[in-house]
Amino acid sequence: MAQAHLAGIDYAIMAVYFAFVLGIGVVLRRSVHTGNDFFLAGRAVPAWIAGLAFLSANLGAQEVIGMGASGAKYGVATSHFYWVGAIPAMIFVGLFMMPFYYGSRARSVPEYLKLRFDEKTRAVNAVSFAVMTVFSSGISMYAMGKLFNLLLGWDFTASVLVSAAIVLAYTFLGGLTSSIYNEVLQFFLIVFGFAPLVLLGLKSVGGWTGLQARLAQVSTSQGFAPGAYTQAWRHMDAAAHNPVGIEWFGLVMGLGFVLSFGYWCTDFLVVQRAMAADSMTAARRTPLVAAFPKMLFPFLVILPGMIALVAAGGHGVIGLVPQKLDAMGHAVFTAQGAPVADFDLATPMMLVHYFPAGMLGLGITALLASFMSGMAGNVTAFNTVWTYDLYQSYIKKDAPDAHYLWMGRVATVVGVLLSIVAAYAASRFNNIMDMLQLVFAFVNAPLFATFALGMFWKRTTGHGAFTGLVAGTLAAAIHHGLTLPVSAVPGIKGGFLGVVTTYPSDLAQTFWTAIVAWTTCFVVTILVSLVTRPRQDAQLNGLVWSLTDRPKDEHLPWIKRPVTLALVVLALTLILNLIFA
Amino acid sequence: MGLDLRLPIGALFLIIGLLLAGYGWMTAGMEVDRWWGLVMVVFGLVMVTLARRGRSKV
Repeated sequence: MAQAHLAGIDYAIMAVYFAFVLGIGVVLRRSVHTGNDFFLAGRAVPAWIAGLAFLSANLGAQEVIGMGASGAKYGVATSHFYWVGAIPAMIFVGLFMMPFYYGSRARSVPEYLKLRFDEKTRAVNAVSFAVMTVFSSGISMYAMGKLFNLLLGWDFTASVLVSAAIVLAYTFLGGLTSSIYNEVLQFFLIVFGFAPLVLLGLKSVGGWTGLQARLAQVSTSQGFAPGAYTQAWRHMDAAAHNPVGIEWFGLVMGLGFVLSFGYWCTDFLVVQRAMAADSMTAARRTPLVAAFPKMLFPFLVILPGMIALVAAGGHGVIGLVPQKLDAMGHAVFTAQGAPVADFDLATPMMLVHYFPAGMLGLGITALLASFMSGMAGNVTAFNTVWTYDLYQSYIKKDAPDAHYLWMGRVATVVGVLLSIVAAYAASRFNNIMDMLQLVFAFVNAPLFATFALGMFWKRTTGHGAFTGLVAGTLAAAIHHGLTLPVSAVPGIKGGFLGVVTTYPSDLAQTFWTAIVAWTTCFVVTILVSLVTRPRQDAQLNGLVWSLTDRPKDEHLPWIKRPVTLALVVLALTLILNLIFA
Repeated sequence: MGLDLRLPIGALFLIIGLLLAGYGWMTAGMEVDRWWGLVMVVFGLVMVTLARRGRSKV
């Protein structure tokens, strides 16, 4: 693969961005005086900033590149990850869960679990979350180092260390506010960096109709109906009819319900952005504000992958998508001798193919920004959970605020250092990383059942929640161990306990693992709760739906009420689904 | 909060836009840079204006 070369103008754009990122950190340093400022951005962030940060915290570079890769693999059906797998959950967390997260004044999601249930439920969530954020941030660094090495010939160590140093500098100085501000900056960079890519790409393939016609050939050559890559719903009747390899029920329940609600409604990385909002109304509006750009993002991040398949002048395996190289730099072939395409390079190759000098600098800066804000988001979530949920709870209980602020800064440094170690571990021991991510998936799958029961059924007990979580995680592991996607070998892909059934695709297996974990957790939590002693109503005030005053919106003009926003978001999402059905 | 975020966003896009557009004018065959640079300049100006208006209100 030919490497791209950056011109002076490209480096100039990058340098301007770095200067701004560091400058924001330095300016914000002056307004950080207390733990509340550092960990919660002083609970002073307006809804539009919190909303864009809520969206961007999830929009790391792996998301940008991964969605392009999925666009190339699955076509427009990838938009289900947004329209089914994000929007409904974002509406739910805004309307129904934020009153408890924000209203309880909990400083983190694990702390809400402590208030609602007990210490052990908090501990299991806090520990798994803290470990997970450090590894996610490390994996993000690793992916960045690898990509820029392949694409631009940059030294792996240099890109990891420079980006880590910049992230460390601005999160250390400005804490969560810094992280949030840079996420908003990244949002606009991604929009301005990718919109021209999509416009140029679409123009070169003859617009949407041209793209449809060209992808119809790709589709039929793989044995699908001509529209399988450009219609999101029409081929979801059976797993064998669409390139995703899933039928509508598994998609809606697995992705749309369990996985998506589990992520958007319980993951502290995103919820922290809404907790930093300046009022209850702003906190509830945060995910709803985020939903508007979220529903349009498929056009920015998925279309490049689809265009890469059919762009003219490509020298890849399919269109612009090059052949996969293994860790030693050798080309990878299937058992039948066919070249394997590296879909993760679909979007980066699009940037290199369509952008002249200058624009390429903008595109690369947008990618860099999303890698770095992905790390920063994880680091700021890590330092909060470490300081409040682990250090303050188990190591040093009654220190003055200044001590915890100091500890937060120490945790920031340690978090970045651990991420660097994780990045190197990922480059040496790829299998360990895959295994860890699998374990995290098991731990996360049942979470939403715990939160939903905790918030909406006051009878739920701490013992019930804890037992349900453990049982759900075990159920996920057992289900994964007993099933296998077709044409995979037993091992990390599943089947390590013996193969009972096979699924048509990895995704189908993932979705069903999640469904099994959620259901197990739900049932076990209810059963154990019924035989253990519930807490007094008075202790659950503000933590459970039936014992909390409804948030008052009547003083707001109807146009500004969260419910109105939610209905508009729902209607627009429905229209998008109909257009691309 | 000490810093109106619209100001740095506006300034960043203004500077990058000027760099891009300037580069586009000086180099042959760089229409994309030229026009997209201008779009970014306009966005940057709008953000800076909003920030200045917002401050005078407070």
